[in-house]
Amino acid sequence: MSINRRTFLQSAAVTAATGMFSSITWADTPIGVAGIHDLSGGLDIYGKPMVDALTLAVEEANAAGGLLGRQIKLINYDPQSNMQLYTQFAQQAALKDKVAVVHGGITSASREVIRPVLDRFKTLYFYNTQYEGGVCDRDQFDTGVTPAQTVEKLVPYAMKKWGKKVYVVAADYNYGQITSQWVKKYVLENGGEVSSIDYFPLDVTNFGPTISKIQAAKPDFVWSALVGGAHISFYRQWAAAGMRASIPMASTTFAVGNEHIVLSPQECNGMLICYNYFQDLKNPVNEAFVANFHKRFGADYPNITELAMGTYQGFRLWAEAVKKAGSIDRMKVIEALETGISIDAPSGKVTIDPPTHHCVLDVHIAEVSDKKLKVLEDFVQQKPADTAAVCNLIKNPTDNQQYVIKI
Amino acid sequence: MAEASGRDHGNVKVDLVALLAIQVVYAVASLALISIGLAIIFGMMRVINLAHGEFLMLGGYAAIVAASHGISIWLSILVVAPIVVGVIGIIVERTIIRFLYGRMIDTMLATWGLSLFLVGLTTAIFGNTTVGISAPLGSIEIGAYRTSVYTLFVIAVAVVVLGVIFAVMRWTRLGLIARGTMQNANMAAALGVNPPRVYAVTFGIGAALSGLAGAVLAPVSGVFPTIGVAYVAKSFITVIGGGAAIISGTVSASALFGTVNQIATFITTPVFGEVALLAAAIVLIRLLPQGITGRFFRRGL
Repeated sequence: MSINRRTFLQSAAVTAATGMFSSITWADTPIGVAGIHDLSGGLDIYGKPMVDALTLAVEEANAAGGLLGRQIKLINYDPQSNMQLYTQFAQQAALKDKVAVVHGGITSASREVIRPVLDRFKTLYFYNTQYEGGVCDRDQFDTGVTPAQTVEKLVPYAMKKWGKKVYVVAADYNYGQITSQWVKKYVLENGGEVSSIDYFPLDVTNFGPTISKIQAAKPDFVWSALVGGAHISFYRQWAAAGMRASIPMASTTFAVGNEHIVLSPQECNGMLICYNYFQDLKNPVNEAFVANFHKRFGADYPNITELAMGTYQGFRLWAEAVKKAGSIDRMKVIEALETGISIDAPSGKVTIDPPTHHCVLDVHIAEVSDKKLKVLEDFVQQKPADTAAVCNLIKNPTDNQQYVIKI
Repeated sequence: MAEASGRDHGNVKVDLVALLAIQVVYAVASLALISIGLAIIFGMMRVINLAHGEFLMLGGYAAIVAASHGISIWLSILVVAPIVVGVIGIIVERTIIRFLYGRMIDTMLATWGLSLFLVGLTTAIFGNTTVGISAPLGSIEIGAYRTSVYTLFVIAVAVVVLGVIFAVMRWTRLGLIARGTMQNANMAAALGVNPPRVYAVTFGIGAALSGLAGAVLAPVSGVFPTIGVAYVAKSFITVIGGGAAIISGTVSASALFGTVNQIATFITTPVFGEVALLAAAIVLIRLLPQGITGRFFRRGL
């Protein structure tokens, strides 16, 4: 057979793609941008602010005249905290809606579901969540912070404040598994010890036995990488058992889902966290952004989260690259991003790191204080050193995997 | 952990054992609480209520809304929540369930739809960042350990609820009518009972108990629209594992599954705790297809 199924599909795809690109010469067709974020199910606490931030970013761009003289059409999908729907919507975005870029995925599990799909259909993908690091894929850009940017700062800070013995509780999927290994690495490097790492399925709500185990282990502090609505009950039960006063806590996930608003101050005051963005950051860009955000979504909006800002910045970086490339063609935009595109974002300067496709950005350590997040210390322009140690897409453009830390 | 304590003192600590015992009893009590409403609705009326988790969730919301409007937290949990969810239950029975008696698969479909509807409605009304209530009563020391007093309160509520249901079923006219109607509705009707009303009241009581359980557990596990998912599977496993008798079935299955789950969690990890619970359920159903009360306590309620 001279034509097998694969070559036929390839040529069909090329024909379809040519058809698509010829149509973009007309300025009146809008540019499609897909957002895939959970707006229902257990992960909606994260997804809602992300979708709002993406909506605002698109509206701002459209109000400023769009991109390349064309308006941007945002297509939102709600995968309902369901991994099968992630596959389905990623395919739909790539094949049916033929969008220029997909922003989305919240948990690392969902990212690993849609990443191969978008790779296969050659659709540019932005993952805007803070995560465990290590993804190395030329088709994808990761605008969230990774452990070398946050855990590396927060571990010594917390150990200096509280002591050297750490007990880790984490969500039982790739994010929690890998992040807790990073925590362990930095604790060991700083001369501390990890007494235990416990993993929890996402629907566990009874933490009684674990709280007993932690009491028996007597750590100096607890590190939480728990995820989702059900896991909030850990903090409640911890406080109800009277433990908050005696054993403090640090976290890589707390407040990302507005846990500090859901819980009472007595249940979580004093917890230490470390992210790229906090709503109360003092700089003119952020103050203008927060004002716009509140004008659009109401002044009583609970809190603009780390993930919302990641999504906003992810879209802005992509838009900058489209302007620079003068095209929405996937490869041209990737090449433009790989020049080290930079934006002046509400969180400070954010720059694409070309070899890793991650970002160089500011991070801050903060403390939960009466339903607010009080910034304690700033670290400017942190590099994604964890991913950079293993991934170089300039040298190996065909690399396509997630590197995992080994201790 | 026994190992770690062993290194410290050379023997297992009494206070740790006591704390673990409280955890086990608490797990049993909370399983019994979340299952009893379902046991009544399923056991007496053969309606598979897939919206059971959402009834629990509504109980939690009723309690926190009442508490945030200045009603005392105890009144909100113990009175407001069961009444609100009980009324919702009666409305659901009158508008949906009563057309579907004897059609088990259809009730599953209808109540599953209801469950999605309730989750959507709650999300639309309350959003997904809802300020919860923290557990009152503080904590107590047990030797070198601490636990929440509220844990003991949950255990007490479970004991009282089961006691009251037993008393009502065993010794009151209402209980007699309910049992009679469930056994043979036509005969009960011939004797002057109005079965539709009995069904509605029973469904309402089952819903009210679910609401109470959801409210009692709200300070422990928090309240958000999809919390029902965390409860519904465990409730069904408990009810099926317990078998036909409502009270002895719920109590015996809760005791078995709660103990297995907590001890396995403590010795190994929470993941294996969940696995152990499910494995116990599978083995149980394989050995006793009619549930525990299909073989033991057959004359129990």
